[in-house]
Amino acid sequence: MHAFQYHRPTSSKEAIGLAGQKAEGRYLAGGQSLVQAMKLRLSSPSDLIDLGTIKELAGVKVSGSAVEIGAMTRHAEVAASAEVKRAIPSLAAMAGMIGDRQVRHMGTIGGSLANNDPAADYPAAVLALNATVTTNKRKIGADQYFKGLYETALEPSELITAVSFQVPKRGAYMKFKNPASRFALVGVFVADFGSGNVRVGVTGAGPSAFRQTEMEKALSAKFAPEAVAAIKVKPDGLNNDLHASPEYRAHLITVMCKRAVEQALK
Amino acid sequence: MTTSLIGARVPRKEDYRFLTGAGQYTDDVALAGQTYAAFVRSPHAHANIRRVSTDKAKRAPGVIAVYTGADLAAAKVGGLPCGWLITDVKGQPMKEPPYPVLAQGKVRHVGERVAVVVAESAAQARDAAELVEVDYQPLPAVASAAKARSSGAIHEIAPDNVCYVWALGDKSAVDAAFAKAAHVTKLEFVNNRLIPNAIEPRAVNAVYSRADDSTTLYVASQNPHVERLLMTAFVLGLPENKVRVVAPDVGGGFGSKIYLYAEDVACTWAARQLARPVKWTADRSEAFLSDAHGRDHLTVAELALDKDGKFLAMRVRTTANLGAYLSTFASCIPTILYATLLAGQYTTPVIYCEVTAVFTNTTPVDAYRGAGRPEATYVVERLVETAAREMKVEPAELRRKNFIRQFPYQTPVALCYDTGNYEATLEAAMKIADVAGFKDRREQSLRRGKLRGLGYACYIEACGIAPSNVAGSLGARAGLYEAGEVRVHPTGTVTVFTGSHAHGQGHETTFAQVVADRLGLGMEQVDIVHGDTSKILFGMGTYGSRSIAVGGTAIVKALDKVIAKGKKIAAHLLEASEGDIEYDKGVFKVAGTDKKKTFGEVAFAAYVPHNYPLDKLEPGLNENAFYDPTNFTFPAGSYVCEVEVDRETGATQIVGFTAVDDFGRVINPMIVEGQVHGGLAQGIGQALTEGCAYDDTGQLITGSLADYCIPRANDLPLFKLDMRETPCTHNPLGVKGCGEAGAIGAPAAVMNAITDALGVKDVPMPATAQNVWRAMHRA
Amino acid sequence: MSVRVSMKVNGKPVSADIEERTLLVSFIRENLRLTGTHVGCDTAQCGACTVHLNGKAIKSCSIVAMQAEGADILTIEAVAHPDGTLHPMQAAFKENHGLQCGFCTPGMVMNALDFASSHPNPSEQEVRESLEGNLCRCTGYHNIVKSIMAGARAMAAAK
Ligand SMILES: Cc1cc2nc3c(=O)[nH]c(=O)nc-3n(C[C@H](O)[C@H](O)[C@H](O)COP(=O)(O)OP(=O)(O)OC[C@H]3O[C@@H](n4cnc5c(N)ncnc54)[C@H](O)[C@@H]3O)c2cc1C
Ligand code: FES
Ligand code: FES
Repeated sequence: MHAFQYHRPTSSKEAIGLAGQKAEGRYLAGGQSLVQAMKLRLSSPSDLIDLGTIKELAGVKVSGSAVEIGAMTRHAEVAASAEVKRAIPSLAAMAGMIGDRQVRHMGTIGGSLANNDPAADYPAAVLALNATVTTNKRKIGADQYFKGLYETALEPSELITAVSFQVPKRGAYMKFKNPASRFALVGVFVADFGSGNVRVGVTGAGPSAFRQTEMEKALSAKFAPEAVAAIKVKPDGLNNDLHASPEYRAHLITVMCKRAVEQALK
Repeated sequence: MTTSLIGARVPRKEDYRFLTGAGQYTDDVALAGQTYAAFVRSPHAHANIRRVSTDKAKRAPGVIAVYTGADLAAAKVGGLPCGWLITDVKGQPMKEPPYPVLAQGKVRHVGERVAVVVAESAAQARDAAELVEVDYQPLPAVASAAKARSSGAIHEIAPDNVCYVWALGDKSAVDAAFAKAAHVTKLEFVNNRLIPNAIEPRAVNAVYSRADDSTTLYVASQNPHVERLLMTAFVLGLPENKVRVVAPDVGGGFGSKIYLYAEDVACTWAARQLARPVKWTADRSEAFLSDAHGRDHLTVAELALDKDGKFLAMRVRTTANLGAYLSTFASCIPTILYATLLAGQYTTPVIYCEVTAVFTNTTPVDAYRGAGRPEATYVVERLVETAAREMKVEPAELRRKNFIRQFPYQTPVALCYDTGNYEATLEAAMKIADVAGFKDRREQSLRRGKLRGLGYACYIEACGIAPSNVAGSLGARAGLYEAGEVRVHPTGTVTVFTGSHAHGQGHETTFAQVVADRLGLGMEQVDIVHGDTSKILFGMGTYGSRSIAVGGTAIVKALDKVIAKGKKIAAHLLEASEGDIEYDKGVFKVAGTDKKKTFGEVAFAAYVPHNYPLDKLEPGLNENAFYDPTNFTFPAGSYVCEVEVDRETGATQIVGFTAVDDFGRVINPMIVEGQVHGGLAQGIGQALTEGCAYDDTGQLITGSLADYCIPRANDLPLFKLDMRETPCTHNPLGVKGCGEAGAIGAPAAVMNAITDALGVKDVPMPATAQNVWRAMHRA
Repeated sequence: MSVRVSMKVNGKPVSADIEERTLLVSFIRENLRLTGTHVGCDTAQCGACTVHLNGKAIKSCSIVAMQAEGADILTIEAVAHPDGTLHPMQAAFKENHGLQCGFCTPGMVMNALDFASSHPNPSEQEVRESLEGNLCRCTGYHNIVKSIMAGARAMAAAK
């Protein structure tokens, strides 16, 4: 790890101010991605602005049609939250599938979404649950948020403060794990909002999470596993690595989507 | 003290320190004036080095020294030696290229060491390592064994990249048998390259004392004496009596910590230059690049059968990837430890095996748990199972038809098995695995959309390597005996010094059981000491499942000497003749009388010899012994694996695994079972999840645990184990060794199960979900 | 470029001037010389470095020490009873031969303690899943799984 300066602001305002001054500075949330990258010397920020003690950034709020999760809420807290489980059980279940227990105790939703790892789980949920990413500056809709490989709509020093998920009628997340890293080789989040509004978020398969519109259309017509079982996803543009070829990933999208629908119907 | 300790589930003596964080691993050793080393490693698989510039690095904060290959050459530091000379089919010695500690003008694999930086802190050493500028001229590289012969030379002395072509067996007899065979089964496969990944990374901490011109090296090693011998005699030219090697607690080895590594030498040399302790602990990423890898064979194998399914002959051609250099025992693994095992448990009358060993631009390959024997078992057991399916015979039946049943049995590939009962383990395994109920289970799985398969593997291994003279005639450059010393203290407690080394095997408990049982003492009265050349007289270390068979026997021999001397002392004390003294459960008795002296009383007399036959006997009670085995031991067993394959994704789950082993006499079943569990996990890892991958330019793709998948708890089932005992006939304990069995037998069992589930001839290892899915779609 | 860090480790307040880039695990091992917490990887997979931060199992290799400022840290050294008697979870590992080389063991025990506090009677499957972040190369997990099941029950019974 290269040397850096460490800051511990106690409010979002202070954090944003610091970030504005330090061009090569980065926010530090759980550190589960950032510290990893720094250890391998793949990332060398000049300053770390630790969000860990900013109380206003953590916590879960449920209001009728939406679940709002503070940026610094840990994966384990989302997974265990009675409110989340009641409102969007599939979201709690998804959070409980991230990494491992120890990682879930530190990793945060804000960090995950700012990082936008192509194989991260939250992005699939954000897309399927039509979430809004709230920052210190603005509200960003799910469809506008993800821009590409590790790229998001966030501007330099823009701070995610919370993420608000819409409560679906039913939904489910199916994850086919990368055997080594345990990230998603392919993860599919299916959410049925009723009256023919179904959203399908796919992660792990492409450079960044995306919606599978062909499946959305089929499921909007009929929310049943058969509706998607025969859909052949095109492998073009999907990720290719040791663990899965584009063809295999394309195939897995269909299988995982079908299984997510089965699960949602249970 | 009436119940025997042999065969008892004695809890381990070593557990307390490990469970309370009191273990002392190499990286835990901190010395006054400690410095830290970081290595500059090649990012290229193959390149000439035009220039190495260390100026910037030397000026960086905290840097004490930076050394390059030129410094080592100037100091006449030798290359790393290979411990086994293979003679090729033409009677020529294998090609032995120099293996420099730091690169000399050329790098031959990614991760090869180019320079070493020593600094006040580990972070400073790393920072400075980034400042070493190396001007590389990249050369074309080759990573795969298949392409090695047609690629540019990696070493001058091996223009075609061939280290040796070696063969065993009667080729013309084999060809003749094939010509008249009713059926021939042929398979072509890769035995996948594995990266050992002991959870403790390699580490060294070297310190030089100017006071007595001595060097002490703490190192995560499986065999400290061998490390010292190789380093002093062949590389650094230091007097052996001035070098102490300590292998403290070692966090797993599996072969990877047998060898003398360049980092060990570089740190030792640097410590002597600087007269300060130099520590290096591998990152996991460095471990991936620099720990010796395992396996990596490309094999074409054929089995000839008559119309009744009797094996007539076996023919095997293997290309073995040795990597860029010859690691310490690399040369004997795909030859001596491989071809000799191809008879398996069967009476195949003639066998021919030809091995071409090649250099590639990859990390050196050496022994990894099983070493040659898993590869051999894979050949035999995949062939046998495939032949059975092709001939529509029950696989178990075909095996039975060909089992060796008469012992001793001389195989056509040099080994002579002393004992075994293969039918017994197979029968037990089939019962425990409920093979009879498999058809029903298969139906049930099918109803859940899963394909179920069952596969066997009946393995044999040769352990307890070896009679030194036999090994010597086969090219070994060292002896393969073991040493042990039993030191009885005046009050009757005992310290035993063994040349074996434990890094998870629990010798402190198992060996203490042997000693306590033989002497009739309590476990708490016996301590086992290992892993320090200054305490232990000599040792060849632990590998090849040799500890109990060879190291344990050395201790038994020393114990016998202790008892013999004790009898002489007791005879004097009891005023009886030596021949009348019996020793039993801690007491020396005059036969047929109630005259007796306890072990403690005799020990005391030996050290406080006031009433003692000083004219005939030296005082003291301290004996040592060397033991050189007269043969290998031959553990064997039968494994049955059951898998379920997800038809849609190809994901494979092990739903049942039964292992019935014959390790001869078992000292501590709890520990032995643990060894089997661990071996099975590594064998299953090879079959399902682990595969080292290089790209065409020689870059390691699986360079971290985020890409290279070692099994997790959730990938494995609870194992069903049982044991059968046919005691080894040529050592006093009747033991055979158990450390590698699981890794040897499991891959074939798993792959036989998967191919059964899919109804295909072969699936490449590792059978990842993607590989299985592809195989289903090809079928 | 150094900062002062303070926290409670094994019940004792500790503080030191450290480089900002010091990982929590380095602080524990190098500054405090508590070497029972191990480092087995550099990508946060192995879990050998697991400690408790405010009662929860985390990987101490994955955060900088400054992130633990003011926190309560528990390491393997303080798990046994002060008189040296093993904690029921440690005892279960010993009884069930849940360790071989011992290198993964501290991390296994620390994770198991946290897991068991919310799972008094876990199933085999739950235990296997709880070990997603802990690698062992020696035991094949068989006896670790048994140890944790037994240890969790022993802990519940001792409550
Ligand atoms: C072993 C392991 C396994 C994992 N497995 C999975 C998995 O299966 N699925 C999965 O989804 N993830 C996985 N992760 C990643 C994990 O979920 C991380 O927690 C997450 O990616 C990053 O969250 P963090 O809080 O740790 O962020 P950090 O690592 O602290 O930060 C990540 C990035 O986000 C920025 N950032 C953080 N917070 C904010 C904010 N509020 N506003 C703006 N920018 C911010 C940081 O500057 C940094 O660039 C795994 C990680 C590990 C170590
Ligand atoms: S050292 Fe922390 S997870 Fe491996
Ligand atoms: S006991 Fe050795 S790694 Fe687990």
